[in-house]
Amino acid sequence: MSGTFTKAMARNIFYGGTVFFFLLFLALTFDTTSGLPKSDNRHNITPAVAAGKHIWETRNCLGCHTLLGEGAYYAPELGNVYKRRGPEFIKAWIQSQPTGAPGRRQMPNFNLSDEELNNLVEFLKYTSEINTQNWPPNIEG
Amino acid sequence: MKYKSQAVAMPYFIAAIGLFVGQIIFGLILGLQYVVGDFLFPEIPFNVARMVHTNLLIVWLLFGFMGAAYYLVPEESETELFSSKLALAMFWIFLVAGALTIVGYLAVDYATLAQYTGNDILATMGREFLEQPLLTKIGIVVVALVFLFNISMTVLKGRKTAINIVLLLGLWGLAVFFLFSFYNPTNLVMDKFYWWWVVHLWVEGVWELIMAALLAFVLIKVTGVDREVIEKWLYVIIALALVTGIIGTGHHYYWIGTPEYWQWWGSIFSALEPIPFFAMTVFAFNMVNRRRREHPNQAAVLWALGTGVMAFLGAGVWGFLHTLAPVNFYTHGSQITAAHGHMAFYGAYVMVVITIISYAMPILRGRACNSRKAQVLEMWSFWLMTIAMVFITLFLTAAGILQVWLQRVSDTPLSFMAVQEQVSLFYWLRETTGVVFFIGLVLYLASFFVKGDEQAAAVPAGTATVPRG
Repeated sequence: MSGTFTKAMARNIFYGGTVFFFLLFLALTFDTTSGLPKSDNRHNITPAVAAGKHIWETRNCLGCHTLLGEGAYYAPELGNVYKRRGPEFIKAWIQSQPTGAPGRRQMPNFNLSDEELNNLVEFLKYTSEINTQNWPPNIEG
Repeated sequence: MKYKSQAVAMPYFIAAIGLFVGQIIFGLILGLQYVVGDFLFPEIPFNVARMVHTNLLIVWLLFGFMGAAYYLVPEESETELFSSKLALAMFWIFLVAGALTIVGYLAVDYATLAQYTGNDILATMGREFLEQPLLTKIGIVVVALVFLFNISMTVLKGRKTAINIVLLLGLWGLAVFFLFSFYNPTNLVMDKFYWWWVVHLWVEGVWELIMAALLAFVLIKVTGVDREVIEKWLYVIIALALVTGIIGTGHHYYWIGTPEYWQWWGSIFSALEPIPFFAMTVFAFNMVNRRRREHPNQAAVLWALGTGVMAFLGAGVWGFLHTLAPVNFYTHGSQITAAHGHMAFYGAYVMVVITIISYAMPILRGRACNSRKAQVLEMWSFWLMTIAMVFITLFLTAAGILQVWLQRVSDTPLSFMAVQEQVSLFYWLRETTGVVFFIGLVLYLASFFVKGDEQAAAVPAGTATVPRG
């Protein structure tokens, strides 16, 4: 940084650059928002899906699992679990927890009712149909 | 210290360090649960321990930032704090709210906690890092607003330097973007899209302003380099940070149901995100090399230099490693992400908070620096924690590469759990290194209680010789 480059110039680049790129980010956000109906599978959001998302959140599922790759990395990806395992397996699996196998990772039993299980599965079905640009690379997640 | 009201920073720093210890203990529990799956089950399931680990991190860094602001702003503004009573009151409110939240996580079933804290009125819980009950989130907003009011009033009545303006911008940004944590639409794609407005725009946006301001402040103090030079660097670094980092948010929008073009925007801009961190490293070394005084607090200088290097490695290099869309397609949500997360948070935010504590704490305790003996111990803790974190990152990266290969690249992919068993050696190594980190942390705590010869401390800054060690 030579003597001709002053603090005031650096400051102006900071403010100018920040404002410009934040506005660009807002423009991209606007474009994304208007294009989302095509990819986000919103037409399949039913009351059951909404209730299922609520179950997902209030049991802190993300504390162990990933969903579309986000969350904790302790337990399998669940964004595509509906396709990997199917609805009946998922429900039976959740109900049979914890396995109690010594030394194995344990999942708590959340004492979900049949209706809650169905809602959760509906949420996972909706999630599995979101257009994720073909992620994950294969069915194992 | 120059202004009496700076003293209010002390309880904030002590709380930050205390919660840091809690965070690491829960980190060790989690690391063990990775290999001994039923450890502490069902008393502390993994998801609860992880929530405690990450939330403690966020809360102690916030304590650190607030303490830093209360120390730095009066000195930069050359005036007493607007109200130190308000600052102290907020300290207790934040500490009690934080402690109650952690106790809530540990003692109450999460669904029950949600039910009793108003999650049915406005559902905000159960999202990564934003697990806090609604009441806690509202508490955070109240504390943040009162805090911002307090330091903004202080800056308004005093001298306005680039450092305190940048710090204020960062802190206001922190509060503003936190408001997106209250927005949780049923549409999962929208939920995730705006969730990143808190998480990414915090750690790869406004927090970098805070970090750069704190580093600039400490560098002015310990090197005596001309403020004009340091503040020019500060603006250049934060300009680079936001120019790359804002659109860089796009690297989280590859696979969550958002349009394909984010793969271009995200890849290009986030590939540039290492530049501000590299600039920060160059900045720190450059200023220390051009120092006009030998500051007796060599531990603080070490932390400042370490912050530059480790932030560049963790946030810059390890971020770049998996940020390009074609690479991220395979690494997204793997142990590579965990590796990056650990070193980036340690290198950038943990270390910068320890830097300011290392610089300010002796002064708050009435001396320019700690005794040589205490500093040597602190430097040992620096090396133990930092080297341990490097190895934690390397082991997680190894685990991640294997995981990606076995589960996602191979022609005969294994299931998630089968792969976890294959890579468990690296989880054991990570846990062992975690213990080394904890030993480093214990030494760090001990360094506050070492008396030793007070010679180094007795010599006023600017004339003391460099303590060797």
